[in-house]
Amino acid sequence: MNARRTARGLSLHTVIWLIGAFVVVPLIYAVLSGFKSTGELTSNPFGLPEEWKVGNYTGILGDGMFWRQIANSAGIAVGTTFFTVAASAMAAFVLARYAFRGRELFYGLFTIGLMFPFAVAVLPLFLMLRTFGLLDNPLGVILPQAAFGLPMTIIILRGFFRTIPAEVEEAAVMDGCGKLRFFWKILLPMARPALGTVSVLAIVASWNNFFLPLLVFNDPKWQTIPVGVQQFQGQYSTDYALVLAYIVLAMVPALAFYAVAERQLIGGLTAGATKG
Amino acid sequence: MPSSVSTLTKERTEDAVPARRPPAPVRSLLRGWRDWASVAWFLVPALVLFLVFVLAPIVVAVFTGFFKWGGIGPMDDFVGFGNYTRLFEDEVFLGDLGRGLYLIVLSVTVQLPFALFTAVLLNQRLRGRAVYRMLFFAPYILSEVVTAVLFTMIFLPGSGMADHLAGLLGLEGLQGKWLADPSTVMPTLFVVMIWKYFGFHMMLFLAGLQGIPAEILEAASIDGAGAWQRFRHVTLPLLGPTIRISVFLSVIGSIQLFDLVWVMTAGGPNHSSETMAIAMFQFGFKRYQVGYASAISVVLFMISLVFSLFYQRYVLRRDLSGAVTSGGAR
Repeated sequence: MNARRTARGLSLHTVIWLIGAFVVVPLIYAVLSGFKSTGELTSNPFGLPEEWKVGNYTGILGDGMFWRQIANSAGIAVGTTFFTVAASAMAAFVLARYAFRGRELFYGLFTIGLMFPFAVAVLPLFLMLRTFGLLDNPLGVILPQAAFGLPMTIIILRGFFRTIPAEVEEAAVMDGCGKLRFFWKILLPMARPALGTVSVLAIVASWNNFFLPLLVFNDPKWQTIPVGVQQFQGQYSTDYALVLAYIVLAMVPALAFYAVAERQLIGGLTAGATKG
Repeated sequence: MPSSVSTLTKERTEDAVPARRPPAPVRSLLRGWRDWASVAWFLVPALVLFLVFVLAPIVVAVFTGFFKWGGIGPMDDFVGFGNYTRLFEDEVFLGDLGRGLYLIVLSVTVQLPFALFTAVLLNQRLRGRAVYRMLFFAPYILSEVVTAVLFTMIFLPGSGMADHLAGLLGLEGLQGKWLADPSTVMPTLFVVMIWKYFGFHMMLFLAGLQGIPAEILEAASIDGAGAWQRFRHVTLPLLGPTIRISVFLSVIGSIQLFDLVWVMTAGGPNHSSETMAIAMFQFGFKRYQVGYASAISVVLFMISLVFSLFYQRYVLRRDLSGAVTSGGAR
């Protein structure tokens, strides 16, 4: 019995290790390759570098363009998150806690936004942004991203706002608290965990967006990290080791953010699937 | 996006079964202008953003799709459904539809079972499972572009890691092909898709699995059900709602796949990996046939919309009214 259990445990671990290898090997390959020369990459694709060339990495870190892209991505993520969460929190507040004619209609309107693939809207969106003069302007990326983030954010926040007991609001009103003050001073602070979750989701979505920044920003000074990675690959297409070093460095902020915000991210993504 | 849809159905569940709904903390009907004004005041920012940047573009696409237009200058060459008839006579575009279907079928029949298998493994008591979970989910955090460049390097003919691996495994026939050959490009892209997205579905399944009460599984094993029987007759049905959400997200994701393909192959070689979104981008931004590209957008939109409506109506409806949800997911 015991031997059988051990054997089962062993095979279980083997399977998980295989899956783990499938996930990890490409990442390790990239990190190690960044330390090689492109010549060595071809002759020795798996092993450790014969000579650790740090130059690929330090060269990129010394390049202002890389930092500029990081800063652009970060700024746009912050801006997007601000608009998404602010507009959603306000809308979710009235959609959760007021009874008025057309409430479900408005709520339904926002939720159908979930079904619209971003790819559908991107071409006319580009034409509209051009008309508004928002090309080569961070707002041209921030506002549409915020708009597409609304449906999910409103759904999550409305669900959360509904769970705050009516007694809390009644007590606040008895103490002479107006709606705006209740929203600002009581509801939002109480909703901090939910606000954290939706903010993390908005940041990740914005950080990874490629389509829109690609179209909106012509001027390299606005380039974000995903666009920068693609441009870099085009520019140094034959220097494989350098390209791999670039993407490894581009992964670092995302993975670091994941390490910090893991709980909220996964909580947000799975919240709907597990509880109402 | 993920949770959204599921929360959406949950929301409806509550509405559909009023008896079970907790008393909603809602104020009495609004009285007078002041209340209306404050509702409007709170709703306006979201509404304006949504109308201008989400709904209006779709209306613009429908309108533009009726014209032959290069994107600049007056839109005066009305062609009616001309763009659409051209689309459905275009073999490449019909191929795009086929390739979309190919990705959908593979996602549902290969990726989701794989994700479910991994979730079941990691749901057991196992040393280091928290680490494995974090690890398997990590690719989902990376942008599609970074993923795409990474795998472009791996699949580089001649010098990439994939060619070397194929050599070691005695699969020389694959060397140099991967993304470069029309017969292998789609399966190769699909492998990258699995790498990037299986962890996300695994997380959804894990969350679902944790919602299954241990007592039910215990009861089943007391009744003499083996591991497979427990999985087949207890776990799987109770996981139904999660699986249906996963399928929904896979389908929508496959339909609009763009970044990954654009960076890795740009639809090539010779259109063999082109998707609808790639075709739209090519015509709209590279070949300046904006009217035609808008028609592609509209078709993409109609497919997503019709699929979503049917799916919500006929598949997710079970979760809206059924006892399955209340057993499994609460």
